[in-house]
Amino acid sequence: MAINIDSKIPEGPVAEKWSNYKAHQRLVNPKNKLKLDVIVVGTGLAGASAAASLGEMGFNVLNFCIQDSPRRAHSIAAQGGINAAKNYQNDGDSVYRLFYDTVKGGDYRAREANVYRLAEVSNSIIDQCVAQGVPFAREYGGTLANRSFGGAQVSRTFYAKGQTGQQLLLGAYSALSAQVNAGKVKLYTRYEMLDVVIIDGKARGIIAKNLVTGKLERFSANAVVIATGGYGNTYFLSTNAMGCNVTAAMSCYRKGAYFANPCYVQIHPTCIPVHGDKQSKLTLMSESLRNDGRIWVPKKLEDAKALQAGTKEGWEIPEEDRDYYLERRYPAFGNLVPRDVASRAAKERCDKGFGVNNTGLAVFLDFSESIQRLGIDVIRQRYGNLFDMYEEITDVNPGEKRATKNGMDYYNPMMIFPAIHYTMGGIWVDYELQTSIPGLFAIGECNFSDHGANRLGASALMQGLADGYFVLPYTIQNYLADQSIWPRISTDAPEFAEVEKATEERIQKLMNIKGKRSVDSIHKELGHICWEYIGMGRTKEGLEKGIKLIDELRKEFDTNLFIPGSREGLNVELDKAIHLDDFITMGKLIAYDALSREESCGGHFREEHQTEEGEAKRDDKNFFYVGCWKYQGNDATAPELIKEPLEYEAIKVQTRNYKN
Amino acid sequence: MAEKVLKSFTVKYWKQNGPKDAGHFEERVMKDIPGDTSFLEMLDILNEQLIEDGKEPFVFDHDCREGICGMCSLYINGTPHGKTERGATTCQLYMRKFNDGDVITIEPWRSAGFPVIKDCMVDRTAFDKIIQAGGYTTVRTGAPQDANAILIPKEDADEAMDCASCIGCGACVAACKNGSAMLFVSSKVSQLALLPQGRVEAARRAKAMVAKMDELGFGNCTNTRACEAVCPKCETIANIARLNREFIKAKLAD
Repeated sequence: MAINIDSKIPEGPVAEKWSNYKAHQRLVNPKNKLKLDVIVVGTGLAGASAAASLGEMGFNVLNFCIQDSPRRAHSIAAQGGINAAKNYQNDGDSVYRLFYDTVKGGDYRAREANVYRLAEVSNSIIDQCVAQGVPFAREYGGTLANRSFGGAQVSRTFYAKGQTGQQLLLGAYSALSAQVNAGKVKLYTRYEMLDVVIIDGKARGIIAKNLVTGKLERFSANAVVIATGGYGNTYFLSTNAMGCNVTAAMSCYRKGAYFANPCYVQIHPTCIPVHGDKQSKLTLMSESLRNDGRIWVPKKLEDAKALQAGTKEGWEIPEEDRDYYLERRYPAFGNLVPRDVASRAAKERCDKGFGVNNTGLAVFLDFSESIQRLGIDVIRQRYGNLFDMYEEITDVNPGEKRATKNGMDYYNPMMIFPAIHYTMGGIWVDYELQTSIPGLFAIGECNFSDHGANRLGASALMQGLADGYFVLPYTIQNYLADQSIWPRISTDAPEFAEVEKATEERIQKLMNIKGKRSVDSIHKELGHICWEYIGMGRTKEGLEKGIKLIDELRKEFDTNLFIPGSREGLNVELDKAIHLDDFITMGKLIAYDALSREESCGGHFREEHQTEEGEAKRDDKNFFYVGCWKYQGNDATAPELIKEPLEYEAIKVQTRNYKN
Repeated sequence: MAEKVLKSFTVKYWKQNGPKDAGHFEERVMKDIPGDTSFLEMLDILNEQLIEDGKEPFVFDHDCREGICGMCSLYINGTPHGKTERGATTCQLYMRKFNDGDVITIEPWRSAGFPVIKDCMVDRTAFDKIIQAGGYTTVRTGAPQDANAILIPKEDADEAMDCASCIGCGACVAACKNGSAMLFVSSKVSQLALLPQGRVEAARRAKAMVAKMDELGFGNCTNTRACEAVCPKCETIANIARLNREFIKAKLAD
């Protein structure tokens, strides 16, 4: 039987949908709010802002995070900035243009109505953050400063040095702290959600592991919100923090929440290249560097060979022998093309042998021209902390002049290469950010809704805060309105006992494998498989091979894993094993989706589907839908694909063009 | 440029099973570690070796590994985050800074305010409690005035940004002989005191945060400047002077 998906998009023209929704949604009266409990899992931008806002409204919030403090969530590492349609620069920006750029940047695979709402609330986010004391960069006149970012022709990005995510998160964290102080939010730090409890078809609580004592604990509520981030660490090496995992989202998926568009994985073009097999993570260099940095590889293959052999350094190659390939291929956007386009272009050059380091997997990002034009002080003012970070890691200072030839100064170029960074796919949600399980909501990176097949820079922070401050606190009330007459559900209910027992059994099973291999050694192998076969360039053959290899790895995990220590107390290896158990299933889910999507769009590139010039070739006739995957009761059985057709009314779907 | 490789050095690391355990050092000789390996990657390698031997790994906090989350917190050779030329967290320390034959001693933050959970993982919830006492502007989610309605001189915004860069790692407390949290508290108080949005509650905030800090058992400041020497984000004790001014103003107004 075909399952119909109701995305609950309100009636009316796209620009009026959100106002119409708010005008007609059900609200919870102030007294009833005091009777309602909401669980929010995660304290990043989405989780912290939602928990703070719901607490302010009067709901009782239980807020969980795996770290020692809410302020550690990985949103903190976002560097570049946050978009908003303020048009402070008078360069022709508007809500419509931000909406349009986001849909186009997402390669026409996002839901129109959600994206319009995102653009609409973007301006309120900036107002809110400034009121909280977020120290955004300013002009001498005291007004807010902006910079430009990939995929846009206007300057609409607000920033706080290269630490925008940190400052926005600390803003949300401070709002959250105020609510903790007011007694409206209770924090549970070093707790990890392992499963969701469903009673009569509705999400009514979670089972969480106290990471210090190791004990499983039960928590009940009238609604559960997960804000647990993306699944980038499936690939082992990514720009995600070490603790980022997909366990909470996977538990919802296993309970019946659809997982949408898992194949849309963003590979960020400007990361520090991999240096060896002991590396634990990849470090992002903010995309904002592409404002003033120029990306190039040598024109001549012999220069590339010399760079790979270590007999030549980048600054020694003269201007005329440099191939600024993004400027060459995409004259209109140049170095500011969207991330997926920039990443693939780097891969294309390196595949042809033009890579610039010993692994052949790196390109240059060069500031010589802009330093000469603007002076080192201006460049340091803009990117000083990023230059320092680069030097700290690589021992090379991109602000150091090495030579002057024919009136041109040559500085040390940075070396960069694409790396897994962000996941556009995630738990499927409707317009209200509710998953396919009533009472279970997903916000921030862990849902799928706003970025389509590719996310533009400075849009993740926008979406996280839009969901948490301005969307979920409204839409959740439409669900909670009739919950206020229900009695509180006791955690003694048999459903809680059942889920807790199943979770304990799962843990015992892992502990009892008693094999020989560490979690990390298996995770690294998973990462290699995913990067090789489910990474930047995908083929039918490769994906099928990837699935086969993951199946073999699953067997290895189930029979040869070794977790030292005991079930009781703090056991870091056990927690990592649970994460890996879920990453393995996630890796296969990405592959299934990538295999079924016989087109190229955004972050999903199927080599069979490209234009003669090597650009992504979409197939709107057959693939203009959201791919939703439904769990079939066990990890071994292939999930069922359910399609949510996309409907565009405001925007004409066309081929993305960043050339002119 | 030929990469440096450390042929052999010794890691002496702290093991402690919970806050009540006395704790002890264990040692391991590490071999053939490339200089481009980060300090925490070196510990990953050490842990892989321990697991291979069937032992429990050495426990420490870490997460983003790019110096911004504030999770990593190791006391290396007597200095919080280890000695670097400019401010850096433990995760930004690279093995090229060490030499063959070195003995690298790793301990947890040692302070009454930060009880040990296990090995070098400590409990820093006290910092959250101090922020909860007043480290914010009281503003509801909703529709405040347009962001550009508040003009802020660039110099003030930049200075506030510097104060706001604190990552809450606790190195300042670990370095202070009094176990004082003044650098942490003063950075937040300064950020908000420098901005018009935060001025309104400046007095209340300074008083509430200092009171909470005292209540949680952190010591006082005696201007040894040990904190600013180890701060990975280069916060300065000028912040502490500003906190003292705010605090005195608040007390005078009482």
